[in-house]
Amino acid sequence: MVKVRLENLKKYFVDRGKIKRAVDGINLTINDGEFLVLLGPSGCGKTTTLRCIAGLWKPTDGRIYFDERDVTYLPPKDRNVSMVFQSYAVWPHMKVYENIAFPLEVKKYPKEEIDEKVKWAAELLQIDALLDRYPSQLSGGQRQRVAVARAIVVEPEVLLMDEPLSNLDARLRVMMRAEIKKLQERLKVTTIYVTHDQVEAMTMGDRIAVMNEGKLLQVASPSDVYLKPKLLFVASFIGAPEINLLEATVKEHGSTLVLEGEGFEFPLTEEFTSLLRGYVDKSVIVGVRPEHLMVEGISDVSRVKNKAQIKGVVDFVEALGTDTIVHANVGGKIVKVKIPGAADVPIGREIKIIVDLDRLHVFDKRTERAIV
Amino acid sequence: MDGEIKYALKQVAFYALIFTFAAWIAIPLIVSMLYAFAVPSEYYDPSKVIPLKFTPRHVEILLITLGALDAIKNSIFVALLTIAISFALGIPAGYAIAKFIFPGKDSIKLLIVALRMFPIPVMAIPLVVLYIRLHLIDTLIGVALAHTAMALPFVILITSSIFAGVSKEYEEAALIFGLTRFGAFLKITLPLALPGLAAAAMFTFVISWNEVFVASVLTLYNRTLPAHVLLIIAGASGGAAPDYYKFAAAFIMTLPAILFILVARKYLITMWGITLK
Repeated sequence: MVKVRLENLKKYFVDRGKIKRAVDGINLTINDGEFLVLLGPSGCGKTTTLRCIAGLWKPTDGRIYFDERDVTYLPPKDRNVSMVFQSYAVWPHMKVYENIAFPLEVKKYPKEEIDEKVKWAAELLQIDALLDRYPSQLSGGQRQRVAVARAIVVEPEVLLMDEPLSNLDARLRVMMRAEIKKLQERLKVTTIYVTHDQVEAMTMGDRIAVMNEGKLLQVASPSDVYLKPKLLFVASFIGAPEINLLEATVKEHGSTLVLEGEGFEFPLTEEFTSLLRGYVDKSVIVGVRPEHLMVEGISDVSRVKNKAQIKGVVDFVEALGTDTIVHANVGGKIVKVKIPGAADVPIGREIKIIVDLDRLHVFDKRTERAIV
Repeated sequence: MDGEIKYALKQVAFYALIFTFAAWIAIPLIVSMLYAFAVPSEYYDPSKVIPLKFTPRHVEILLITLGALDAIKNSIFVALLTIAISFALGIPAGYAIAKFIFPGKDSIKLLIVALRMFPIPVMAIPLVVLYIRLHLIDTLIGVALAHTAMALPFVILITSSIFAGVSKEYEEAALIFGLTRFGAFLKITLPLALPGLAAAAMFTFVISWNEVFVASVLTLYNRTLPAHVLLIIAGASGGAAPDYYKFAAAFIMTLPAILFILVARKYLITMWGITLK
């Protein structure tokens, strides 16, 4: 097992004479045995980064180290990496056994050892009954297991996964999510997992690296990425339903500051006031997650210390069973409120939304960086 | 009720169409086979459309006495050699076109097809002169080279589309799991492309097997079957041969091709059953 270090990694493509910066200077260290998730929207450069680490693509600039070994320009076969592809890439002309045994055969393992290892991997992935079949006789989920078994059978130093669950149906995805995570914890292999699905990232990663437009935006534990986003993009990309973003101006009301916007006014706590001192009369963006909003008369608001109130008209209600998402029209903008359990909120009714003022995120409108 | 009648009519029309197509292909084949074995008196009897008495004599004379058997051997040799050369050249070219982006790719593709723009009779005389100088005239290798020139553009285009159909990730997976690029091609891409390549081989075989003009111009004694048949049937020996010899020749020329395709087709279908999802 190794530590993977990316040093100012760049990968540019030329597309019709124009340079596309797929990966634009990434510095990242993935610790030995860590499960790191590269998260970002499609086209953000996460798969490109993964392919550079795999050795399938050569970076334009920068370095890739496995521990202290510089692997930047080594072909994939000399890196001791394994990869699970989005399409699984299970070879259709080989039986399941041959597929899993292939990496070992290439490395010239003795026959008995190959047999032993294939059986070990197949049992681990619960596909030992399928070894004699061709991939065309398997379901998508089974093929996926074959791809994972093939990837772990060589006991790689780095395991790379490129959206491995995106082609599975929803139920299977949830199941495999847990299985892959458990498997990784058991094998303790350094894993880099690419996904655009924030739920996968939150549930599987030891740390999440959020990417956009070729740049690394934030690397942190799932809870930190969720609760302390450093950038507006990170805040809006993570969380379902997504965070509410409202434009506001910082105003001085005597000794305290308030955030004034279309249809709301939030007085700020002392902690916020000191941080926002420099932003008086400037525009900011206020972010508040739907679960940190409440509806008066329905939610229990007794435990909220500092609160403000905004008025809204119910525009739409999503009853999800476990939660109810209320879409309220506040000054022409839709604000989503997440209420645990079922709630009777008729469309068109005017409601009072309680805001937990300690849970606000405030971003500089120009730089999109978090102030609070 | 109305719907059922409509459905039944549709079915009848469908099968009628299929039957017409099948008959269109099969009837000339069957008729030429019957006439190939007809006794001359039966063949020339105007009251009989379908002969009832048969003899293997015409086919036998053609094969043994008139040397068609040697010509068949020549034809098979030339066809196989054509497949070998055009695949040796065409597979790398097809692979490059399918998998890599390089400057001038589209022009090269166009150029490959444009080669077939020139009618062969126009090139016949220069080709003969060239072959005499290179001492390739009247050799089977010479004919195979000429057939390769005809088949190669198709081989390149067909193989490039076959390779394009093999997912890139299969090969990348092979690279990850320890192979070199060439190893990945041999162990992964080539086996997966095999059914398509077999179809391309069939196609090349038929091009070479059917080709008569170039073969006739470039050879005198070492002739392939169509060229040889042309020689003995169209009457180098003073006048055309009787009709039943023509049918016998047609039979000899079609039979190996039909057998070859039947065998290859069966193999193709099994292969495709495994590799296609």
